[in-house]
Amino acid sequence: MTEANDLTGGVVADEPGGPGEPTDGAARGRGPEAAPPGARPGAGRRRAAKGRAGLEPPLRHRIITASLLTVAALYFLTPVYWLVVSSTKSSSDLFGTFGFWFHDPHPLDYLHRVLTYDDGIYVRWFANSLMYAGVGALAATLLSAAAGYALAKYRFPGREGIFNVILAGVLIPGTALALPLYLLFSEIGLANTYWAVLIPSVVSPFGVYLCRIYAAAAVPDSLLEAARIDGAGEARIFSTLGLRLMTPALVTVFLFQFVHIWNNFFLPLVMLSDSDLYPIQLGLTSWQGYADRQPELYQYTVGGAFLSVLPLMVLMGVLQRYWRTGLTEGSVKA
Amino acid sequence: MRGAPRRLTRTEARSARAASGFLLPFLALFLLCFIAPIGYALYESLLKVERTGPLGLGGETKQVWAGLSNYAHALEDDRFTAGFGRVLLFGAVQIPVMIAFATGLALLLDAASARWVGFFRTAFFLPYGVPGVIASILWGFLYVPGISPLVEMAHSAGWDVDFLGRGAVLWSIANIVTWQFTGYNMLVLIAQLKAVPGELYEAARIDGASAWQVARHIKLPLIRPALVLTTVFSLIGTLQLFAEPKVLKPLSNSIDSGYTPNLAAYNEAFTSNNQHIAAAEAVLLALVACVLSFGFLRLVGQRGKDGESG
Repeated sequence: MTEANDLTGGVVADEPGGPGEPTDGAARGRGPEAAPPGARPGAGRRRAAKGRAGLEPPLRHRIITASLLTVAALYFLTPVYWLVVSSTKSSSDLFGTFGFWFHDPHPLDYLHRVLTYDDGIYVRWFANSLMYAGVGALAATLLSAAAGYALAKYRFPGREGIFNVILAGVLIPGTALALPLYLLFSEIGLANTYWAVLIPSVVSPFGVYLCRIYAAAAVPDSLLEAARIDGAGEARIFSTLGLRLMTPALVTVFLFQFVHIWNNFFLPLVMLSDSDLYPIQLGLTSWQGYADRQPELYQYTVGGAFLSVLPLMVLMGVLQRYWRTGLTEGSVKA
Repeated sequence: MRGAPRRLTRTEARSARAASGFLLPFLALFLLCFIAPIGYALYESLLKVERTGPLGLGGETKQVWAGLSNYAHALEDDRFTAGFGRVLLFGAVQIPVMIAFATGLALLLDAASARWVGFFRTAFFLPYGVPGVIASILWGFLYVPGISPLVEMAHSAGWDVDFLGRGAVLWSIANIVTWQFTGYNMLVLIAQLKAVPGELYEAARIDGASAWQVARHIKLPLIRPALVLTTVFSLIGTLQLFAEPKVLKPLSNSIDSGYTPNLAAYNEAFTSNNQHIAAAEAVLLALVACVLSFGFLRLVGQRGKDGESG
């Protein structure tokens, strides 16, 4: 699922086509009050919030709205809450006690066992995930930036054709590619290596798409011409001017690709057979698969899942902000 | 322009050289990871393995031309076609539910009093940060009798639930997907709502429209493009369903090896060692996804020109 849905963010990126300001304000998490007056839908209501009684919606409406939102929040947060509670339980308590309440909690003790089980394989998986996602996203961002910049700022034969082929790549489901890619990689001896997961992760057609749109809008031709007249080479112009001017788009591409690689399951599952190379998701499913025979692995799976979710939760807070910034940035040219 | 033809050509040559320098690293890897696998899958799908020796059991194997027999085999396999049908049924129910849910939340958040909007938005978006596998492990625990507090609560209320039974498990998977992606789709819709000029609402309010009328007659029509996009991409995502059934499979007898097309192709390649049929199934999967993608391209066709250099 993740693959296609990541794309949603991508292609929707130039969707809104509206003013960047109001979204920005809300995206920073300051709430609608911070947005300029009149720039945002529901302005009447915002004024009401500031105390102008005339336009305030009836109390009944506000109570209904708040209750519905609360019920929805319960639905989204309950599994997360269960995970927090359960990560403090032993395997037998996991089965024997009520799931939504604590019982004899030993969080640090159990988490310590997760981290040290099987010579600390969990830490290794975690490091692998960080490496795949970190290195992969960084390389993907640089490659996308260079390609997007070239497609936006140079005129050469075949430019539109190349761009259209890359765009089509956005729409090909990743999991349909993974299996043939495995067959191909095992043919050339790359399967079951770090490269098998890293190489496909650095190709981000969506990144190229976003970088092209952004570079076309944010990197002025006149500035490039001025730099050329000053005698700067093309590579130097790109690295000093292009990359700097494209930074906001690059942050968006990096974060998206990071989450995409971190969440990717099918590709590593197909490519890797050596558990030392596993990313965290794959490692946890292997624990889950053995839990029938080794019941303590239930507890480790839960504790490991809890630990693995923490960094992404933090990243979500950051991503939410950039993600919406990215949406409006994509729309600059629309 | 006509005045300096020599200089122009030089600039053009320089431009093309620089552009290829920037483009080549990406294009080389794009070729390796996107174009080559498609070509290789097509090639593999047209071959089959033939064994030589007595009774076809000899050690010698060789690849021979198979024509379209792998495709015929895949399409005649009831489990594979049932998986396709199942996934389409899944999409026909889950996607409308999820999009309606996301739309409702987006409109509610847009209308809510400001103080709690940030909290709710983050709470709804949080599951998007949980990888599909982890979400499936998590919900798997919440479905399994013996561990699940939900099942326990239902039982003590005298309600006999079985989340993993034959009729229910598909919708239990639908719940996992809905849980993960509603908040994400909601953010897409909110972004579109924010892009609508505020004066429009002001005018409607002055004309005496109620909050409900504004939502129904102004906001909904205006976010239609985002609704179309989220729907089409959810459909492509649905075709790729894999992690959820794979993780739930050990917990439920109702999930077979061909439960979704992707699971079928995976098992064909790694359990049955039938990579030629697996390749054919992957090609069929990509083909169906392509049909949908082209539908999408037609819907938003004019948008592709936005990247034109200014």
